[in-house]
Amino acid sequence: MTARQKRMLLVAGIVVGVSLAVLLVTKGFMGNVMYSYNPTEIAEGKAPPDRRFRLAGMVEKGSIDKTPGTLDVKFLVTDYRHTLHVKYSGILPDLFRDGQGVIAHGRMHGDTFVADEILAKHDEKYMPPEVAKALKDNPPPPNVPSVNSRGT
Amino acid sequence: MIPELGHFALILALVLTAAQAVFGLVGAHRNDPRWQAAVRPAIAGQFVLTTTAMAALIWAFVNFDFSVLYVASNSNSALPTFYRVAALWGAHEGSLLLWAWILSLWTLAVAIFSRNLPVTFASRVMGVLGIVSFGFLLFALVTSNPFERIIPAPADGRDLNPVLQDPALAIHPPLLYTGYVGFAVAYAFACAAMLEGKLDQTWARWTRPWTTFAWCFLSIGIALGSWWAYYELGWGGYWFWDPVENASFMPWLAGTALIHSLAVTEKRGLFKSWTLLLAILAFSLSLLGTFLVRSGVLVSVHSFAADPARGKFILWSLIVMIGGALTLYSVRARTLKSNAGFEGTSRDAFLLYNNILLVLATIVVFIGTLAPLVNDALGLSTISVGSGWFTLSFPWIAIALVALVAIGIHAHWKRGRLGDSRNRLLIGLAAGVVLGAIVFYGAYGPGKLLSLAGICVGIWLIVSSLFDPVDRWRRKLTLSRAVIGMTLAHIGLGIGVIAISTVESHTIERDVALAPGEVVAMGSYAYRFDKIEPVEGPNYDGVRAEVTVLRDGRPVTVLHPEKRNYWVQRSTMTEAGIEARWNMDLFVALGEDLGAGRWSVRAQMRPLIHYVWFAAFLMALGGALAASDKRYRQAARATEAATAPNQAGAS
Repeated sequence: MTARQKRMLLVAGIVVGVSLAVLLVTKGFMGNVMYSYNPTEIAEGKAPPDRRFRLAGMVEKGSIDKTPGTLDVKFLVTDYRHTLHVKYSGILPDLFRDGQGVIAHGRMHGDTFVADEILAKHDEKYMPPEVAKALKDNPPPPNVPSVNSRGT
Repeated sequence: MIPELGHFALILALVLTAAQAVFGLVGAHRNDPRWQAAVRPAIAGQFVLTTTAMAALIWAFVNFDFSVLYVASNSNSALPTFYRVAALWGAHEGSLLLWAWILSLWTLAVAIFSRNLPVTFASRVMGVLGIVSFGFLLFALVTSNPFERIIPAPADGRDLNPVLQDPALAIHPPLLYTGYVGFAVAYAFACAAMLEGKLDQTWARWTRPWTTFAWCFLSIGIALGSWWAYYELGWGGYWFWDPVENASFMPWLAGTALIHSLAVTEKRGLFKSWTLLLAILAFSLSLLGTFLVRSGVLVSVHSFAADPARGKFILWSLIVMIGGALTLYSVRARTLKSNAGFEGTSRDAFLLYNNILLVLATIVVFIGTLAPLVNDALGLSTISVGSGWFTLSFPWIAIALVALVAIGIHAHWKRGRLGDSRNRLLIGLAAGVVLGAIVFYGAYGPGKLLSLAGICVGIWLIVSSLFDPVDRWRRKLTLSRAVIGMTLAHIGLGIGVIAISTVESHTIERDVALAPGEVVAMGSYAYRFDKIEPVEGPNYDGVRAEVTVLRDGRPVTVLHPEKRNYWVQRSTMTEAGIEARWNMDLFVALGEDLGAGRWSVRAQMRPLIHYVWFAAFLMALGGALAASDKRYRQAARATEAATAPNQAGAS
């Protein structure tokens, strides 16, 4: 094999290798991207029925319903325009509370969002940016708290 | 009065950093000795003034001066003294002051230890540092003044965020910032070299110890943060690929690439322009980290206070610092050609592969961290990248990297000839595979194959690192700090990979609902939830559980997880009950009262998890040893002799 052929082979190898790597990486990346939806978007049917996604909203006041003695909990997530039933089984974060912001990962089962992970912020005034934005675009009725996406 | 004094000192410090930048850069450009002589006094003054500002703020905290807004927001009369001091960096404004103070400390160190460097070069380094300090002080004064008053003063403060009331977290930010800011020195050295249009092996020898020390601090800072998250957030686990964590990890990866690239530049005069790029990159990523954490653009589980105006300021300074350096680079890089060659299996080449993999790792983290931001900025859908992206791609890069270190450690500079070390390579590999398989299956049983690979390459690396020092020791040759340091750091890497692999494949986690007396099985152990009782602390109350760990029915130890309610901020905190044993951690965290006499309990058993942090400590220790090697001190003396001809004969 001449030096030229060797070089061409090396270049071809690199091209194939890099393309394969890019393909795998892209696939891996897309598989792990989670889209975020609020209850209104879900009500409009925008959320995927068969994929995990991220639900952002506020826990509706007084909606937390725990089954005593178990890890099962049901609650409502709202963006003050639509609400959604959420089911979860596991340990809730310390700051998961009535009327506060919440982000849940999971998927739809019929009309209910079944969460496998619940995140809450270490800040009692926190509101998920998605919710803050939605509230700014569509001002809620006057009986809900003012938009405050910032901490202190 | 004293807070105003601090504020005033900060303003004066800003003026002095401007002087430092102008006298340093213009003075070097005009080659005016009087201008350049003014740089060091400016630095000394700036250090005294920023220290005064720090002292003023600490005074306000210690003396409960709640008329200072920042003190009122982050302290409370019930807060212990230690945390009142640590509360200084509990939020944005104080963190920034701390950042500026640490930068002035590094600058002072440069001013002291650069007396042996050529005058114009040292002036340029200090001038560039002056620009960075100016930017940060301006930022602090304009957008986030920690001395702002609140009239009328509240009767009491809002308290320090309870998650921050912890010894590890009290010292985590200063260490992390010392690392971040330390890369400013490498950046300044790079900019000065480009301004001079001269970059040689001596330059690399000057830059290396600074960079390595900064890297050591960053390593320890990250490890402390990770340790804190482990026991304080109550989730268990050492790393969550959270954006705030990633923000500190990216400069670390780039910095690791930089210290290795600098090695090649020092020893062989190669990779010059690449080293410059990495120096710019490492500091840019440090700035980006600050931007990400402080601007509030990130959706993170622990990003605290945030403000978009501040984000914009940091973004602009980011553009100025990176843009300026890259412009300089595009003009000057061509003059910094390296002309020596090397073979594909030489040490030079292996360090190149190391750099490629580390940069690749940085890119992986970068994409995962910034994709949501970019998507958002482009007005596309709101997305987040799950940790799956990182756990999918990162282990492969890490394992390839460790295997390449295990091989490359035997390579010679310039020439290939890896065949010379065939025996060492084969013994190391065999030891890795055999011991790895025995440890994995013998001690832990079947698990993820990727983890098996991790354990094997980790052992291979440790064995490989030991050949050379042991050989030197047996032949009674001198063992320099550089060699010992490198060996320690590489052993640390090996231990880290082994620990992470084991944790990833053999952790047992159970989230359960338990009533007193009930037991949950954890592999060969079992946790028995005995009782729960009230507990009270200085500024909180809560409950404390007693959990007995059993092995074969016999009690081994008792864990005491707590759930605390901090009075002032009315926030709930989880204090995990952890017993660290030599081979595993037994971990229990309390969830909440589930009613019907049950509590939710997070029970975990994580093998070797403490070695992850030990590994980081070992790496930092190795780095510190290597950076204090004799040759850097000798190099300084040699330059001194060369630049002072009348003393040349004497030395």
